[in-house]
Amino acid sequence: MRINGSEHDRAPRPGQCLRTYLREEGCFGVKKGCDTGDCGACTVHVDGRPVHSCVYPAFRAADKSITTVEGLAGPAGRHPVQQAFLDAQGFQCGFCTAGLIMTTAALTDDQRADLPRSLKGNLCRCTGYRAIADAVAGVVNVCEPAAGPAVGASLGAPAGPQVVTGTARYTFDLDVPGVLHMKVLRSTVAHARIAAIATEAALSVPGVVAVLTHADDPGRLFSTAQHENVTEDPADTRVLDDVVRYAGQRVAAVVATSEAAAEEGCRAITVDYDRLPAVFTPAAAMRPGAPILHGTDSNVIGELHAETGDVEAGFAEATAVCERTFSTARMQHASLETHGAVGWLDDDGRLVIRSSTQTPFLTRRAVAALFDLPLDRTRVIAGRVGGGFGGKQEMLVEDLVALAVLKLRRPVKLEYTRAEQFIGATTRHPFKVTLKAGARADGTLTALRLEAVVDTGAYGNHGPAVMFHGCHESLAVYRCVNKRTDAVCVYTNTVPAGAFRGYGLGQTTFAVESVLDELARMLDIDPITMRERNIVRAGEPLLAPGDHADDLSIASYGLDQCLEHIRAAARTPVPPVPAGWRVGDGMAIAMIAAGPPGGHFADATVTLLPDGRFELAVGTAEFGNGSTTVHAQIAADTLRTTPDRITVRQSDTDVVRHDTGAFGSTGVVVAGKAVLRATTTLYETLVAAAGGRELDEAVLKEIAARAGAPLTGQGSFDGTPRSVAFNAQWFRVAVDPRTGETRILGSVHSADAGTVLNPGQLRGQIEGGVAQGLGSALAEHVDIDDEGHVTTTGFRQYHLPTYADVPRTEVLFADTDDAIGPLGAKSMSESPFNPVAPALANALRDATGVRLTALPFTRDRVWVALDGA
Amino acid sequence: MDLNTVAEVISPAGPGQWRPGDAWLGGGTALFAEPRPHLSRLLDLPSAGWPALTLSDDALEIAATCTIAELADSGYPLARQCCQAFLASFKIWNVATVGGNLCAALPAGPMISFGAALDGVCLILGPDGPREVPVADFVTGEGTTVLDDSELLRSITVPLSALSAAFAFRQGSLHEHGRSGVLLIGRRTADGGLALTVTAATKRPYVLRFRGLPNAEVLQIALSERIPPDAYVGDVHGLPTWRRHLTRLYAEEIRQELAA
Repeated sequence: MRINGSEHDRAPRPGQCLRTYLREEGCFGVKKGCDTGDCGACTVHVDGRPVHSCVYPAFRAADKSITTVEGLAGPAGRHPVQQAFLDAQGFQCGFCTAGLIMTTAALTDDQRADLPRSLKGNLCRCTGYRAIADAVAGVVNVCEPAAGPAVGASLGAPAGPQVVTGTARYTFDLDVPGVLHMKVLRSTVAHARIAAIATEAALSVPGVVAVLTHADDPGRLFSTAQHENVTEDPADTRVLDDVVRYAGQRVAAVVATSEAAAEEGCRAITVDYDRLPAVFTPAAAMRPGAPILHGTDSNVIGELHAETGDVEAGFAEATAVCERTFSTARMQHASLETHGAVGWLDDDGRLVIRSSTQTPFLTRRAVAALFDLPLDRTRVIAGRVGGGFGGKQEMLVEDLVALAVLKLRRPVKLEYTRAEQFIGATTRHPFKVTLKAGARADGTLTALRLEAVVDTGAYGNHGPAVMFHGCHESLAVYRCVNKRTDAVCVYTNTVPAGAFRGYGLGQTTFAVESVLDELARMLDIDPITMRERNIVRAGEPLLAPGDHADDLSIASYGLDQCLEHIRAAARTPVPPVPAGWRVGDGMAIAMIAAGPPGGHFADATVTLLPDGRFELAVGTAEFGNGSTTVHAQIAADTLRTTPDRITVRQSDTDVVRHDTGAFGSTGVVVAGKAVLRATTTLYETLVAAAGGRELDEAVLKEIAARAGAPLTGQGSFDGTPRSVAFNAQWFRVAVDPRTGETRILGSVHSADAGTVLNPGQLRGQIEGGVAQGLGSALAEHVDIDDEGHVTTTGFRQYHLPTYADVPRTEVLFADTDDAIGPLGAKSMSESPFNPVAPALANALRDATGVRLTALPFTRDRVWVALDGA
Repeated sequence: MDLNTVAEVISPAGPGQWRPGDAWLGGGTALFAEPRPHLSRLLDLPSAGWPALTLSDDALEIAATCTIAELADSGYPLARQCCQAFLASFKIWNVATVGGNLCAALPAGPMISFGAALDGVCLILGPDGPREVPVADFVTGEGTTVLDDSELLRSITVPLSALSAAFAFRQGSLHEHGRSGVLLIGRRTADGGLALTVTAATKRPYVLRFRGLPNAEVLQIALSERIPPDAYVGDVHGLPTWRRHLTRLYAEEIRQELAA
């Protein structure tokens, strides 16, 4: 086989696909997104024609010439399409990018003119596709590092050149000599005690090195959820348990010299299950006599019952009262890079785990605690992470890899398949929310009552925290004095839910904003005016029933500006639509705390290098969130240099003392603040050392040379106090009542993110959040059958938004300056998701007269709702 | 994905070679897209070198190994439209085969729609010799065909008269360019009638034949009588009631279009 111009003699295995062969030959730019031919991340050219290499038989390519992203440009430089993706920043995490570049490079002019069709075999979970469209069209979005302020400029991601050339190194993009492969045997039943596991046959499979079962469990309960404060999540999970609580739970792990042997070993294991009764819905789990999943008395793992003011009195004085019940679907994060980790012992015998994680430091702490290791005998590294969305704020593989490495003293890797992402990772928490709201004739809210039932699945990771968060900002954004919340978080025998962008707020906001819309209709008040009458204002307290952390305040306020942007959008003329289609507008708002409660810590260290450049060490992982770019911008401005003179080292427990992790929208507001403090400290040191001279390169070199030890600046931030960010979404839709098809005619999103540090990246984050929100609203649902099995186990059953599904969203920013966030910035990575589904529901209501209450609104469901109306 | 239990590829393979643990391999895009732990050998067909398209005086023979890309570029408008109905991208077209789509026998398989709508006939080769089966009868249910394990699909042959007839096409999906939930093709027959082929909405193809162009009522009655309610597919690609409704809606649109 000829690969990128050079001959490769090694014969592929008979059943091998081209993707894995190419990776074995060192072409790590060829990615596994789905392994089923659906996502396009593995696209290569075979004799010049683009194919999905994951479903291309490798033996068939033996006499063919293969081009991968690494060989696209030829011997040097970048192919024009690679340059175009760099210039447009047509990526975020970049895991899909090689495939998109290889596809784009093969498009004919006709295909370029029809991208919704031509790119339907390329899934991107991060961008919402606008930046990809720009790349294909040759639009330049990024600016070059130059003199003058870096903050506020749309600088490109530092890793961009590696991403577009396929040389960025994700979790598994490295050779680990002698690595063993692990495969997990998963439960076929939803609830059972394991009576016996027969492993002898598996151990006799050639190549199998070890079989791990509950007999190897270290005997400690933990939560897969990763939070700074360990007690936020119930410790209810074992590495390998003798009770299975959902179909898909780990039962055993086989470690072997090849994936084939590990798979064969899994098939050779026989498990005797003592079946236990199972419950698949919170309603069933809360019934008297229901089987209890953990402990002894109840499946309710968290609850909140609290009131402010007097809700019944509030409803009594209302002119209009509206009450509706809503449900949201299980969603999968569908980051293009699946979960996985590879571990080994370094030369010093220290455990090293390289993982696709958002929380390297917390995962190190969790692994160390499980296996009684000192922190300094455990190291966790993340390479570039191929998408997270909360799904990787979880220890789903590292514990098992550590167990195997420590037992075998050999390197071990575990890489999830796409199907395992669906059956054995986590989902968004499905909520059932009943929202009752009352208002006076002028629209002033008199009472709000929120009842939420949160399905956490078989384990409680993130469950209570998601419930509490979901019940806070969704209500606190309204100044109504009478509020009541009754919420429960419940175990069921289903795949566990976990952290997911928005962290509960998307689910409750769907209910609150839908009911507000309905109430405005009852009172004949414009929905934007309805919001203006009731939203919390600058200087006012943020109140929601319950004991919530008291470090939250409005340190900058732009929600009024967001509403003005929406009002302007609503005034735009309606374009013509086909006969019979119905047009409607809808909007919704959302508020989110800029960071999680209870402390979120980041350390940063900046060092002057001998060549006058700087090295910035931060703990946070980079998964397309763009925090690395912003950290370099902040550092550049503080140090009066340009971002290209700053190298960022990150996401490695060796580089700084601690970092809580890249979750809770903290990359800018927490880690960024630590960077600001570290660089400010170093700058002051350098100014003193310069003795009045300008800090140019020569002076910096001289200062570095003169110093006995490297000059550094340290900075930390504990994530408190916290501000709030605001979002507002507007849609105009056309609905075909004959088919249920919804077309989005207009989409405007206004965000109050404080000072905008990188407008290009911020726009990208918002577009990606809107696209994911549209996925939740129009397409995505993980289904579970009557026996508790997930039935949507791939991208053919679980529809991710494609290029064709995502409209252009006009993104607008409020002009505010936050008193807490670094340089006035606030967070904006989770929150754009939250108002999307209710805005769409409200637009559909406006168009059709029908209030849809269950996500998602697929065409068949819309048609059924309209047909029955 | 890697099919790790496969120990051997027989290339090229032919009738009579099948044994338990074998799978006929076309392009591989379906076979390699799911774990197949029961397989030990692949019987490779494309290496047999069958010509993709063979035109005779009155028919077009499409080899089972003809790729979707080759059929899409064959110049026949209905062929192009059916290829466009694939959920799979044009990159898959470069590898996936017409025969593979037929043998996968998914309701949404657009090559089934194409062959059934044009009165195509499958040529099946087996250890006991060849046999012919109409495409409309080839698929018997969701994922099932008339093929015996040891048999392979060699080609489908469609009459040129059907290929050149006036047709109308409707596809419904939950998503733009998504997987077909409903796919209807109407074709005017040589004797002035209508052949209406319902696929994707139903577990197997239904071809409704009318002597002349039916009126709206006759068409709806025929749909009700010929396609039982439980024939409609219910899965993540569409509720059965929606598929049934769209079938009726599109059938009428097709009737009107072909009447014009």
